[in-house]
Formats: sequence, structure tokens, C-alpha cells
Amino acid sequence: MGEILLTMRGICKSFPGVKALNNVDFTLRAGEIHALMGENGAGKSTLIKVLTGVYPKDTGEISVEGQPIAIHSPQDAQKNGIATVYQEITLCPNLTVAENMFIGRNENLVVDWGKMVKRSDELLKNLGIPARPKQQLGSCSIAVQQMVAIARAVDMNCKVLILDEPTSSLDDKEVEMLFSLMRDLKSRGVGIIFVTHFLEQVYAVSDRITVLRNGELVGEYVVEELPQVELVAKMMGKELEGLSDLDKNRGKSSAAGESLYEAENLSSSEAKPFDFQIAKGEVNGFTGLLGSGRSESVRAIFAADKVTGGKVRMKGKQLNINTPYQAMKAGIGYLPEDRKRDGIIADLSVRENIILALQVMKGFFHPMSKAQMSGFADEYIRALEIKTASQDTPVGSLSGGNQQKVILARWLLTHPEYLILDEPTRGIDVGTKTEIQRLVLKLAEEGMSITFISSEIEEMLRTCSRLIVMRDRKIVGELKGEELTQSNVMRTIAGGGKENA
Amino acid sequence: MPERKKTGFFQNNSQLLIPLVAIGLLLIFNLIRDSSFFSVNIGTNNDGYPVLQGNLISILNGASELAILAMGMTLVTAASGGQDISVGCLAAIAGSVFVKVLRAGPITGWTVALGVVLCCLVAMVFGCFNGTLVSVFKIQPMIATLILFTCGRSIAYWINGGATPTVGSPIITAIGSFIPGIPVPTPILIVILVGIILSIVFRTTTLRLYIQSVGINQGAAKLNGINPLKIKLLAFILLGACCSVSGVIGVSRLSLINHETLLLNIEMDAILAVAIGGNSLGGGKFNMAGSILGAYTIQALTITLYAMKVPSTDVKAYKAIVIILLVILGSPVVKDAFRRLRMRSNSGRTSIGKEAA
Repeated sequence: MGEILLTMRGICKSFPGVKALNNVDFTLRAGEIHALMGENGAGKSTLIKVLTGVYPKDTGEISVEGQPIAIHSPQDAQKNGIATVYQEITLCPNLTVAENMFIGRNENLVVDWGKMVKRSDELLKNLGIPARPKQQLGSCSIAVQQMVAIARAVDMNCKVLILDEPTSSLDDKEVEMLFSLMRDLKSRGVGIIFVTHFLEQVYAVSDRITVLRNGELVGEYVVEELPQVELVAKMMGKELEGLSDLDKNRGKSSAAGESLYEAENLSSSEAKPFDFQIAKGEVNGFTGLLGSGRSESVRAIFAADKVTGGKVRMKGKQLNINTPYQAMKAGIGYLPEDRKRDGIIADLSVRENIILALQVMKGFFHPMSKAQMSGFADEYIRALEIKTASQDTPVGSLSGGNQQKVILARWLLTHPEYLILDEPTRGIDVGTKTEIQRLVLKLAEEGMSITFISSEIEEMLRTCSRLIVMRDRKIVGELKGEELTQSNVMRTIAGGGKENA
Repeated sequence: MPERKKTGFFQNNSQLLIPLVAIGLLLIFNLIRDSSFFSVNIGTNNDGYPVLQGNLISILNGASELAILAMGMTLVTAASGGQDISVGCLAAIAGSVFVKVLRAGPITGWTVALGVVLCCLVAMVFGCFNGTLVSVFKIQPMIATLILFTCGRSIAYWINGGATPTVGSPIITAIGSFIPGIPVPTPILIVILVGIILSIVFRTTTLRLYIQSVGINQGAAKLNGINPLKIKLLAFILLGACCSVSGVIGVSRLSLINHETLLLNIEMDAILAVAIGGNSLGGGKFNMAGSILGAYTIQALTITLYAMKVPSTDVKAYKAIVIILLVILGSPVVKDAFRRLRMRSNSGRTSIGKEAA
């Protein structure tokens, strides 16, 4: 482990009404990967934004290699060798890889393209990034695009590289690719700050972990000395009884009642025909690798994509569900996978976001009164413990976990008989994840049928009593009861492949 | 508690600040220049009825067509994230239909009512045409409405032939200037009526919520059971109805239709009114009061310039200068600066409050 590269001491940052950072210290050494962990609202993003000059700090000091520095803008940060690669790619997909690596860095009017292409070729080879300089960036996978962004930062002589949720849209193979690049950079003496929600990934690459909670520093730990369970406990500030409780509850939800929803040969513009049914009070799930068609299938149930065929029965009665409105009227709710794109109406208030689906079901000529809306909003803000300044706050300004709760509230308010939750726990903190899982089981106990999708298999094994395994947009197996183990799921995914071959 | 309410009101309506301040400054400027600018007196018109006269009245009166179009334009802007540039032409078509109906026989209250209803229906059909291009065919609103912008006045010409037919009648005069016995110009009353109708629509339907949802995030709106196509179509149809009302007022003012000049170039002023009102031209949240204020701001500016005896050929240039100022004041950069200032003063206040506690 190298010498100390970056220190942040006594950083404070307040927003009106909120103390986002309170006296936080952070130390980064050269040649280490340092994970920054904390639940949503713990202050991770704020700390990163202070470091990169997006927000001015109230008090505290930052020094790089022992020299105190002042950072007032992202340009200042860049000059001091601090580079950031965000979750969303901030490059231009319509330019080539080489152009992206050099854009905005040339002070001369005349550009030597030949030299730039040569330089980026060297760099890409050197870092083992599978891209050609003259390739259009948009034609690369997200992972490669991210790596190009990293290469750009490396070429700008960055000493501190901040990776903010870099893996959230990558599949396992791509994550591994990114990790080997991170290890490579580490061996070159770059200090990497790694922000992520995935615990396994932290343990796969990091050397040290700094944990924040409620804007305060909990502590800095060496990875080997901090078991995963303890990390979670530190992030949440409490022991993890909740999670073990859930395991015990599972038996109950598997006692399935009569069939509620049945689909026969249901297909949509995105999903191949499939059969599916769910019983009253059952929690089941679709699992499979990224792109296996699990989201597309549930979208077909809700008619989120254009339904192209199949028969649907609800409580034995044949129904036509061709629009989301018809699905809602039939008693189906759907929490979409992409919260930002399909879920929230960012500029509208928390209140309006909560009542939206119910209002639509009530109809165009039956608007709710303001008092009614406030009542509903208040009820669910309290029930789901949504952290928001007021009902009038635009939902876009809430943290990810709280946005998710708002959408959950929206659907719970419609009192659906069948609720589809597609990745309800993605990108949100551990505490909220547990809350949502517990809520799912509670709702099922009360008689609601729930389809639950998650990328984290453990989470699905904890909550679902039946798992439908998909591969290449086909259902390849179904697991229930005793069969529900991680290795069985893996085997089914792989086995389905053999049968097809 | 009452303090919190006040900040809430301020936040929700902060976008009204710029048009309000603009109108205020214009009026103060006029007051200094000519203390009689504000005087509103009761005169008598040719028929011997009492009528209100004065600069303020001519501002309110003159902006009527613009204010009505601005209301419709706000809906279209919010829902589709684009603007309809055919409103002037559509008003000309509606006006022509109105005149055509009136000239079919003797003008009575019934034929006028029939004319209004028919021209409203025709304008809504054309609005539906624009809306279909935008929502079903996903053409950018400005391009889609360019079609009607190009051919609208020709269609208006076909309806009545080449002449500029007149429709003299006391009823038409009543619509265009004064109802005997009521001293307030009728166009002002019509604006109020349209405003009331719209607020009733907002109160009895979910139109506002739906339009805003579709404008902010169409995909999410769709997954909540809203049909974005229908909502956009509806916005264009309502704008069509607004066009017909403006067309009727325009025709009634002169008791004739000149399809070439009726509400010429008003589309740009209508878009401008929406923008000055602090509404994003990219769609989403909207404030109807802002757009209406915007319309009056534009008219106040025009009247002020005329009152200053600025030659009518130069008026547009002077107007442009003021509009540049307004638009820059309403720009995200300046707004952000203001917000930061306010945040700083707010946080100062809370810390003082804490110390006191």
C-alpha cells in the first residue's frame, strides 16, 4: 500500500434544513481501491461532489499529496488530478472512441487526428480495452464505454479516480472486465474511490472501506477485517435481525391458494409466447441472466409493451388486457424496472406521484379533492417512512430509495390484487431493501399476489416461494419449495441451455 | 405554520414574479412619463352608452385575443413540449367560417350562436389534425403545424372568396366592442369567461395532472394508464377552440374579415406569452396565470410604445429589446442565481432561528 494520496479532513456541508456531511474524514492511499459505502442519504454522493467541485464545502480541508488545495469547480478537480466516471456515460456516443478521449482537451485550433488516433490506440492496448480508436463510441457496450471514459481520465494523468456506481448497468462478465482494469490501474499507483451498492463487488476488488451513515463517518476498515454482515450492520447502524427473520417467514407464503391470474401463450412485441400463472397470496419471481426476457415477460402481463397474442384469465374469467389501463382495472399493478425512465414523474410533487395511478383509475372526470390527495399522501409517506421535506417536494429531488417507495406507494394505493415488482430494490440502500422485502411478504400474507424480480438471487430466494427461470427469452424451468437454492437456479439456467442445444 | 404556507405560495408562484415585475415597471415608467396614463374615465360611445376609456382598458382589451391563444398554447406546450405556430392562421379560418355563416342570412342572435358553434367545431377539427400529426405520427409540433401555417390563410380565402366581406350588425359590434349598458369592453369579458371555463375544466377533470405527467415523462404516464396520444390530441383540440374564440373577437372588432391580416403574426406573441409567464417551452409543469400575464405584458409594452409616439415601423425593434431582457431574466442561469441568493438568505434565517431557540 502506497503513501497517502488524498486526505479530506473535517468536511461539513449543509443544505437548507439538512446537514448532509458532518465532520467527515476520508483518506485515500496511492495504489488502493477504496470503497465508499453507506445507505442512500448517508452522504456518499455529497462527499464525492464536494471532492469534485460540484458543491462548495462549508468547512474542512482537502489536500492532495500533502498540499492543501482549493476546489471550486470540476475543472479545479481535474487540474489536481481528480477524475470522475459516472454511472451514466457522459461521453458523446456519436463520436469515435479516439475523439471522445481527446475532446475538449486540445488547446490548439489545429488538431492532429493521426497523432490522436495513435495515442488512443496505444492507450487502449496498454489498458487492454477491447475497442478500436476509430470505432463509434455508441457501437461499444456500456462497459467498454465506461472503460473508455476511464482511459480518458488516465491519460489526463489522474491520480485519484472516482467511479460512481460504475457497475449498475453491467453484466457479470463486464463487471469482471472493469475490475481487471481497476486492478491494473491500482498497480500503476492510481487511487480509486469506488462507490457501489453491491456488497460482493466491494469484497471482490476493494482494499479498504469507508462507511458513512447519516452524513457522519462511521469508520475506515481494511476489507479483510470486516465481514460482510458487519459491514451491513455498520451501514444500517443496527444488527441484521431483520434479514434472518425473513428466512423464517418464507414457509408461510408458499401456502398457495386458488389461482388468481393465468396467461396462456401470452406474447408481446418484446416477449416470446409464454405460459404463466399465479395463485392468490403467492410470491413468485422471474429469474435469469440480464437479457433473459424476465422484464419483458412481466411487461407483457401489464401490457406495458404491445400485446400480440395469448389468453389471459383473472379469477377464471377471460379478460382482454391490451393497455396498462385495462391491466390496472383488472387489479394489476406494475412497478417498472427503470425508475427514472418509467416510474417517477420527476417534476411533479410527491403527492401527485403517489395518487397518480389511483386518480387515473378513478377516471378523467373524477378528480380527487386536494384534501383527499393530501390524506392519501400523508398516509403512505408515514406507512412506508418516505423521507421527504413535504408532500409538495418534487419527487425527483428525493433519494433513489425514497423515489422507489413513492412508486410503491402509488401502486399500493390502488389496492391491486396482483402486484408486479420489477427490480424494486435496484440501486437502493440495504435498509430499504430489507424493508421492501418484508413489505412484500406482509402483503402476500394479506392475500396479495406478487411477482418479484431482482438481480440478486439471494433476495429472490428469501422472498419467493416459486421461481420461474428464464434463458434466452424462454422459460426453462420452475423451482419451488426445497428446490429453491442458489445452485439449483444456476443449474437450471445452464441445464436449459443443454436441452436447447 | 402560516409562515410555511407563505413560502409554499411563493415557491409555487415564483415564476409569476418576472411578468408581474415587468408589467409593474412598465406601468410605473408610464406613470412617471405621463401621470394621466392611468386615468380611466367613463365616456359615452356613439350610441350614447357609458363606456370605460383609458390606456389600462386598451391594454386589457387589446390583449384579449392573445391572452386566449396563450391559454391554449400553454396546454399544447406543456403536453407536447412544442409549439403550435398555426394559431393565427387557424383563427383566420375560424373567423372566415363565422363570417360565412353570418352572411348566409339575416343576422340574428341565433345565427351568431350557430356561427360561433360551427367555427369552433371547424377549428377543433383542424386542431385535431395538428394533434394527430404530433401525437400519432410523432412529428415535431413546430413542423407539424407549419403545414397549417403555410396553407391556413389560403383555406380562409377559399371559404369566403376573394373579397373582405363585412358583417355589420349590432350583435357583432356588441361582441367586438361593447354590450349596450355594460361599460367594460366585451373582449375582456370573453377572456374572463374563457378563463372561468378553463378553471372549471381543471377543477372537474384531471386534465392538469395528465397534461403535466405526459409532458414530464410520457413513458411513465403511459405505464400509469394515461394515454399520451389522447392527452396531446386533446390539448391541440382545446387550442383549436381557443383559436376560434380569438377569431370571432378579431372579426367582430372590425365587423369584417380580412383573411390576410386577421391576427397576423400572433402565433409568435402567443409563444412568447407562454415563455414570459415562466413556463418551460420544453413541456411539463405549467402555470396558466403566468401565460395570461405574459400576454398582458406584451400588450402593455406595445401600448406604452405607441403612447410614446414611437413610429409603428420601429415598435417591433423596441419590443425586441424589452423581450430580450425578460427572456434573459427568466433564463435558467439567472433563475438559478436568484435561487442561490434566496437559499443563502433562507439558511441565514434558520440559523438565527436556531440560535434564538
